[in-house]
Amino acid sequence: MTAHVHNTLRRITPQLIILAAVLMLNFMVFPDFFRIEFQNGRLFGNLIDVLNRGAPTALLCIGMTLVIATRGIDLSVGAVMAIAGAVAASLAVDGHGWQVALTGALAVGAICGLWNGVLVAVLRIQPIVATLVLMVAGRGIAQLVTEGTILTFLDPGLIHLGAGTILGIPTPILIWIALGLAVTAAVRKTALGMLIEAIGINESSSRLAGINSRVLIISVYLISGVCAALAGVIVAADIKGADANNAGLWLELDAILAVVIGGNSLLGGRFSIIASLLGALIIQSVNSVILLSGMPPEFNLVIKALIIIAILVIQSPTVKHALYILRASAEPQPAEPIKEAKESPQ
Amino acid sequence: MASVTDPVLECRGISKFFPGAIALDAVDLTLYPGEVHALLGENGAGKSTLIKCLTGAYRRDAGTIVLNNQEISPNSTQDSQKLGIGTVYQEVNLLPNLTVAENLFLGRQPMWHGFISQRKMMTMARDLLAEFGLSVNPAEPLSAYSVAVQQVVAIARAVELSGKVLILDEPTASLDRDEVDLIFSVIEKLKARGLAIVFITHFLDQVFEISDRATVLRNGRVVGTRRLADASQTEIVTLMLGRQLEDRIHDRAPPAIGDTLIELTNFGKRGMITPFDLTVRKGEVVGLAGLLGSGRTETAEIIFGAVQADQGDARLEGKKISIRNPREAVTHRFALCPEDRKSDGIVGDLSVRENIILALQARQGWFRPLPKAKVNELAEAYVKALDIRLASLDMPIRLLSGGNQQKALLARWLATNPAFLILDEPTRGIDVGAHAEIIALIEKLREDGMALLVASSELEELVAYSTRVIVLRDRRQVSELTGDDITTSNIVAAIADEPMAEAV
Repeated sequence: MTAHVHNTLRRITPQLIILAAVLMLNFMVFPDFFRIEFQNGRLFGNLIDVLNRGAPTALLCIGMTLVIATRGIDLSVGAVMAIAGAVAASLAVDGHGWQVALTGALAVGAICGLWNGVLVAVLRIQPIVATLVLMVAGRGIAQLVTEGTILTFLDPGLIHLGAGTILGIPTPILIWIALGLAVTAAVRKTALGMLIEAIGINESSSRLAGINSRVLIISVYLISGVCAALAGVIVAADIKGADANNAGLWLELDAILAVVIGGNSLLGGRFSIIASLLGALIIQSVNSVILLSGMPPEFNLVIKALIIIAILVIQSPTVKHALYILRASAEPQPAEPIKEAKESPQ
Repeated sequence: MASVTDPVLECRGISKFFPGAIALDAVDLTLYPGEVHALLGENGAGKSTLIKCLTGAYRRDAGTIVLNNQEISPNSTQDSQKLGIGTVYQEVNLLPNLTVAENLFLGRQPMWHGFISQRKMMTMARDLLAEFGLSVNPAEPLSAYSVAVQQVVAIARAVELSGKVLILDEPTASLDRDEVDLIFSVIEKLKARGLAIVFITHFLDQVFEISDRATVLRNGRVVGTRRLADASQTEIVTLMLGRQLEDRIHDRAPPAIGDTLIELTNFGKRGMITPFDLTVRKGEVVGLAGLLGSGRTETAEIIFGAVQADQGDARLEGKKISIRNPREAVTHRFALCPEDRKSDGIVGDLSVRENIILALQARQGWFRPLPKAKVNELAEAYVKALDIRLASLDMPIRLLSGGNQQKALLARWLATNPAFLILDEPTRGIDVGAHAEIIALIEKLREDGMALLVASSELEELVAYSTRVIVLRDRRQVSELTGDDITTSNIVAAIADEPMAEAV
């Protein structure tokens, strides 16, 4: 067991270091960053905001990690968020309780995932193309559900999912942490994780070993659809309305980025959901730095891109290899390292 | 033109070393003008490496190449093309979306005031193709024509560009008989023009039909060059396959063969393998022999459901079963160690431990994970039993040597406790020690009452462990050898036999 914990820690060390660095950057531009207060029965603070605002991306990247592990990709999650939000909102407007609205939205997310899964696993369409269909069509579907308006609702139960708190902690934080733990347990306490990795690494071998790759691939897209639906409900609940045009817009890209920053290969295979979740937090912390630094908003996207490029360059195989060579070549001669150390900080 | 006795191309002592392997060991090859020279050998014998050295795709490590009495050292395929050596590959290296004419003259289109003269190019293309007996519209895109026509266009382009030596690398592999005739008529025309043609193929009948001489390679060495008018197919097959092909007699006690386990009737798939009947009993090793492309692998795959049969029945202990995919096969307690270990066998980045339990876990379903203790016990037991050499069970399987990977795959299937084990080339690419161990394991499993089907190109190996050998040729079963008839020379005779003489 301890060996297992040790392995997990080693796996997520790079993400933890990057997260710490970005949080420090937050602290530097805004010294009160780490202050957390308890007011009106709720935790307040920038750190809590990072956890809370990062919820949609975190939820998306749980499903996305599994999809990418099978060598696939799911571009439709942003659109599925919009559909799910619209469905939840329209059910709430029709006077149904929050339970019905949530279940309906999740069911629609599952159907969307099933659609993607069938296109990929049964019809063998390339994942990027297969999910592009729903990415484009999804917002149209969402608009049909909301009939072109921003559908607002007042159901307190539904709003609670996005804006409420439980024991002082914002509900979205609890939802993504709970789902992350649940899915991690589901794939690691069963053989699901290993079989998904096997498919991602070598589908032909996996098929010949008797793995039902078709069903497993369909189920990862299904999980991704459900995660996206949950994210969609949270986003809708947060603004008390479903905005078919903007809910989850471009969020599929953040989710993919979170998975990549989490050190998971887009070529499939070994995956870590925890590392992806850390990736999602890193992205949200970057957003936070930009906001807190008081830069004009027009710089936001450019700065975000620069920070992310830096993170990816640090993680790139070439740089890793260069660092490895640097360390390895520095070891034999004791005289060398001093020179190396002087040069390396540049 | 050189006199008939002067060779066009003379290779002396060509050697090529790869890390840890000698791909070519002092290979000689002489080509005369107006001859078709077949280059034969099983996979890995060194045919492609030799071609690549000739065309400059590889840099040779030793030896000389003399073209028309001049020593050459091409260091790229363009280079060799300029010198006069053209190559056409099995997969046509042309641009299917361009027109036939453009493909023929790409890079050297006839110009008119600085513009490409389409009209002139069309005329030239039509004339050129007419010389090859092909009347097609050169303005059509290449993809509008069959592979055979594309192949001829590729040949025409290669001959135009080079014109002394033409290398055809499996030009007929995906063609039907009429199309082969078209290619052969083109080859005859080029032969008459005095080109030296190197013909690489796995189809022996075609070799004898079109070629004048044949050079046989094995393990990077030339084992013989024969004038085909004076040689028999048996002689060539023996050269290709045999080491010391002395006949070995079964020196073990007659095996205790049990009840019928598998019974296949009229089992096959169109375009892949001619329907066949096969019965395998418990405690029996059925060997599958045949040249490359004879249908060995296809037979193994279709029985395991890797490819779905489109006709025929399968019975397991008398009960009718369906084998539509590997998953169904695994539930019937079938197992298959595939030929291509890397792409169909191992899951490279998973640990050795996970690779060993993969099939068992897949059969159990994902919801019922094997307990950790059981997994370790199984993996350790098989590592010990099969003597798999590894640093740790946690290391990715891709880091193991070929022999150890193969043993781990065997472990994967033995862990499922199979009733019927299919092995496709179980000893390919593995070291001598592991080789002997795997053969011993096959014997042991048979003695324990397992039913085995083993496809192999190593005849001596088949003779050593098979209780029955089925010989395949051109994707159908042509002969079955049992008991004392199982000798390497009988297998060679059956492989080489003319298709007509099969009904012995």
